Amino acid sequence: MLSRLTHTVARTLLGVSTLFVAGVTTLAPAQPVHADTELLNVSYDPTRELYQEFNKAFVAHWKASGGESVVVRQSHGGSGKQARAVIDGLEADVVTLALAADIDAIAKNARLLPDDWQSRLPDNSSPYTSTIVFVVRKGNPKGVKDWNDLVKPGISIITPNPKTSGGARWNYLAAWGYALRNNGNDEGKAREFVAALFKNVPVLDSGARGSTTTFAQRGLGDVLLSWENEAHLIQKEFGADKFDIVIPSVSILAEPPVAIVDKVVDKRGTRKIAEGYLKFLYSEQGQEIAARNFYRPRLASVATKYVGNFPSIPLFTIDEVFGGWKKAQATHFAEKGVFDQIYQPKSK
Amino acid sequence: MKKIRFKQHSVMPGFGLTMGYTLFYLSLIVLIPLSALVFKTATLTWARFWEVTTSERVMASYRLTFGTALLGAVVNAFFGFIVAWCLVRYRFPGRRIMDALVDLPFALPTAVSGIALTAIYAPNGWVGEHLEKWNASGLRGSLEAWYAPVAGWVRGDNTGWSSYATGLVPPDLEIKAAYSQLGIIIAMTFIGLPFVVRTLQPAIQELEAELEDAAASLGADRWQTFRRVIMPVLFPALLTGFGLSFARAVGEYGSIVFISGNMPMKTEVTPLLIVAKLEEYDYAGATAIAVVMLVASFVILFAINLIQWWTGAHKRA
Repeated sequence: MLSRLTHTVARTLLGVSTLFVAGVTTLAPAQPVHADTELLNVSYDPTRELYQEFNKAFVAHWKASGGESVVVRQSHGGSGKQARAVIDGLEADVVTLALAADIDAIAKNARLLPDDWQSRLPDNSSPYTSTIVFVVRKGNPKGVKDWNDLVKPGISIITPNPKTSGGARWNYLAAWGYALRNNGNDEGKAREFVAALFKNVPVLDSGARGSTTTFAQRGLGDVLLSWENEAHLIQKEFGADKFDIVIPSVSILAEPPVAIVDKVVDKRGTRKIAEGYLKFLYSEQGQEIAARNFYRPRLASVATKYVGNFPSIPLFTIDEVFGGWKKAQATHFAEKGVFDQIYQPKSK
Repeated sequence: MKKIRFKQHSVMPGFGLTMGYTLFYLSLIVLIPLSALVFKTATLTWARFWEVTTSERVMASYRLTFGTALLGAVVNAFFGFIVAWCLVRYRFPGRRIMDALVDLPFALPTAVSGIALTAIYAPNGWVGEHLEKWNASGLRGSLEAWYAPVAGWVRGDNTGWSSYATGLVPPDLEIKAAYSQLGIIIAMTFIGLPFVVRTLQPAIQELEAELEDAAASLGADRWQTFRRVIMPVLFPALLTGFGLSFARAVGEYGSIVFISGNMPMKTEVTPLLIVAKLEEYDYAGATAIAVVMLVASFVILFAINLIQWWTGAHKRA
């Protein structure tokens, strides 16, 4: 009897253990890569194409300027998930993530780099920038022109969940910034605006690529809030005859930051290459590659050359409007933050 | 009843060895990772633990997760029974292929299942587009006029646990498969099916057809034979399959995130909230919710085992 009971309990435990797979897999450190001339760049989802091209150029450049031959490996995923992988032991030489908050988290939770990492490289350590634009169905049947069209009844908006997606946080903050600007900085009005906008969201995917699929392949929604580069990628992937890009009157300056992970490069002796790698992002060649992949370059000469790719929009920064990432994160996206409150059921 | 001794005398040697190995293996694979979960949670104060695990949004996700998992397991218990019965009792061409198909939900990466199911049930998918036709049909409109007062009465303005009725009884007759609670149930049914079929198959195999003949010859009709002869024998296996399918569904994340739409308070399952907590680097908060799920699942599974044990003992008595 007892053995039978233990047997069933064992079987049940096996069943229960599946419950934790979701939670535990993310904590498992990935295999570290050991080779003198290997460099691991841990990045976020939409940069895949950018870094494929950039890495090739860098390897050639490094060799041409007298360095050893380098193999650059890249890893992509949701920005927060990637940061957690680094915290949990993934040996990234450099991180190139979607938001400063994620690199802050690496500094804070694993002490792998100093807290002032963002001031070590020019332009807030963001060699390229991006912004949030709208993707609509061909011909813009719902006539969406600007942020205020998004809160109209009957408009369906696709955006990922700001709790699980870095890109979605930029979407949210862009909408908030627009509302502040058009309501004389009235926080209450901004909150109403963003709440109304999220009422029009039928599906909250967990990441930016998921939202793109929902919008482009499942045919859900009238408007997709998207990274500018992702919007161009959608047109390239699905054909320019299916989707239009709408540029709103104002948007947010998204600064995806890059950093060297000090503890890792010192341990692996790759500091010089890692520094060269990031510096190359700021060079003319690196900036051109970014621009070709629809990231807004910082270098004026490259910006002028690709001016046709990047319509000029007034862009506000997160520091101006929200007082930096740390504050925005705490106010809006932390537990019981503004985003959670929007979804709290009305008091009974 | 006989007193249970720890070690019953057995002619089979090796009890000590296998028991030791079992304990070691269970500790290594199950208990140690799970205790890490508890230790991480222990960094929270009780007040904070309570606050994290009972916030309105988390409570809504428990109701959703356990409710949909229960419904999925019920559906699986019913249809899985039919499938297992058919596969064991009858011989027909293609039986082996069908038998192998049962395992597919096991083998597929859950994200693949999720994407496949969403593609089919989304408003522009094979099944979803027919549901959209229904949603736009006049029949739905006229039925709704009749249905609205009933729904209003059932839904009332329920609060607390009974508010689950608001989830079960839709406000109108619009049927959405993907991006709704129904989608979650579909995904959970999909991934849970093999558990019921695979636990029932051996039990049905052992069931002697002569028993049914004997019952029939003694004057039992088909329903009596099923209820009094077949069911008592198969019930423990069915319950195990049900329990496993339920446990699997409660923990499912990979496929659910694609099909559920992840709307807070409505279609947000608990594992997604755990991931959201991790995304905020709130490891302790994430493990706190996980511990609640662990305890709840364990209690439910243990209860199922007790029922099983009790029905077994009852039968022998």
